[in-house]
Amino acid sequence: MKLNDEEQAMLAGEMGETLRWAIDHQRQVGMFFDAPDMVPVTQAHIMADPESLGDAGTSFVEQLAKRADRVRVPTITDPRGVDFAKADRLGHTAVMQQLERRIIDGLERLGVLMTNTCINYQTILPPLRGEHIAMGDTGVAIYCNSVLGARTNFEGGPSALAAGLTGRTPRYGYHLDSGRRGTVRVALEVQPNGLAEWGALGGLVGRIAKSYWSVPVIEGLHDVPGSDALKHFGAAMASFGSVAMYHIPGVTAECRRIEEVFDGPPPEPVRIAASDLAGLFQSYAADGEKVDVVVFSAPQLSLYELAEVASLLDGKHVHPDTTLLVATSPENKSGADRMGLTTRIEASGAILLDGVCFYQSYARELAEANGWKRLMSNSAKLVNIISGYGYLPTLGSTESCVASAVAGRIVQ
Amino acid sequence: MSEVLRCHPGIGPTTRGTALVAADDFSARYDLDRLKGVFSRPGHKLFGQFYHGRILVLNNAKGGVASAWMLREMAERGIVPAALLFNRVNPILAQGAAFAGIALLDRFEFDVTQRIPTGAELLVEPAEGRVTILAP
Repeated sequence: MKLNDEEQAMLAGEMGETLRWAIDHQRQVGMFFDAPDMVPVTQAHIMADPESLGDAGTSFVEQLAKRADRVRVPTITDPRGVDFAKADRLGHTAVMQQLERRIIDGLERLGVLMTNTCINYQTILPPLRGEHIAMGDTGVAIYCNSVLGARTNFEGGPSALAAGLTGRTPRYGYHLDSGRRGTVRVALEVQPNGLAEWGALGGLVGRIAKSYWSVPVIEGLHDVPGSDALKHFGAAMASFGSVAMYHIPGVTAECRRIEEVFDGPPPEPVRIAASDLAGLFQSYAADGEKVDVVVFSAPQLSLYELAEVASLLDGKHVHPDTTLLVATSPENKSGADRMGLTTRIEASGAILLDGVCFYQSYARELAEANGWKRLMSNSAKLVNIISGYGYLPTLGSTESCVASAVAGRIVQ
Repeated sequence: MSEVLRCHPGIGPTTRGTALVAADDFSARYDLDRLKGVFSRPGHKLFGQFYHGRILVLNNAKGGVASAWMLREMAERGIVPAALLFNRVNPILAQGAAFAGIALLDRFEFDVTQRIPTGAELLVEPAEGRVTILAP
């Protein structure tokens, strides 16, 4: 792997221990994936929730923060694990809160901007087509690669932090033209309706593609979807299949026609029918069962989604045996406060969370603290993840999630 | 009689241990109870199995970015796989292995989950891209 003079100096420790660690980490990863060199990035995005870091990762961040080095390019954060204003109500312990404060303090001293969001492409600064970036959330990465035509691999927390510090990342995978070509053709025989169905469809495509290195090309959509639809679609595809990029002819940034994105003639398509979509919902069905917690999260909600939830909750009250959680970014929370959405949502008894995401918030411990078992969400990504934390998940539309929270039982 | 398997050069130190194998995918966040050291996702083929000290042999890496931090946290708490062998990983597991100092290999010329049986004694040499089955 070729390193330029500055990168060689970093590796030799001539620019300090922090940059030596960062470039060495990037070099190891780059060599593993046969990267020819490094590519400069314009921004980095770090996933650094306390459950993932634990004491080991937190101490590592604190060690870096003790030195003089700061990030070289704008570097922002994925959702936090603890919303301090709601921590006691949810059951986050003092130990969890302390770990969260240590991480925030360390990252701030490194010059990281605490945006605490997985929808930075909607709320902070969307990258442009061709822009090389280092995004540390799978939903962010797949949206930026596909919808916007920017270029990023999945950058886990340490690697995204390294990219922020060095201002570059190994050039492999989705930084290369060759990595962005279509590999699987998917033909839709069903039109998704609503965010839960968009997520479910993304999950089905993810299961078909089934690899980080696969790029599905999806045809057969009748209408152009909106940003929130593709947010759920991509996040679920990345969750079910580890997929980092897809094309939709006429919609996504690098695909006007299907022939453009395949090397050679397009392959025979894998078809997705209405029965496939229904089957995915059915695999999580639990009609009539008591629901302990209803969650709108993963990804965080846009202002439009918050407004829809507020409208559905107007004049209603969440069942006393059910908790309704709604998670959004700090920017959207501020907007929701200003526009009266927070008041309308919380008047129902729901809890609006600021700058966190449910599965990154000690989900297992919250289940034990609150006696939660049956979870319902309109997020296909969340229901895919959360069973590993001991939950029994159900996927439903936004409307049926609200209706279930009010009834205290699963209503489809 | 030992058997030598070749693959792309990997990450991490030379390691010896016992294989735990499944034709299934892997994410530290999705599939593990990291406090108890067991596979906790009901649908996973290794559900209920303890992974500490074992060389995990699996198909693909899946899911999100958390494994990049989690492998080091697991290593420092002392409940961690000895090494990871995959047919193909995503960047997250490579980044996590590099950060944690755990051996990781992928890109064999065959389905590694079908070639190595659970319980086999393995010598894993990432720098050489070599896995030796010492005893099946």
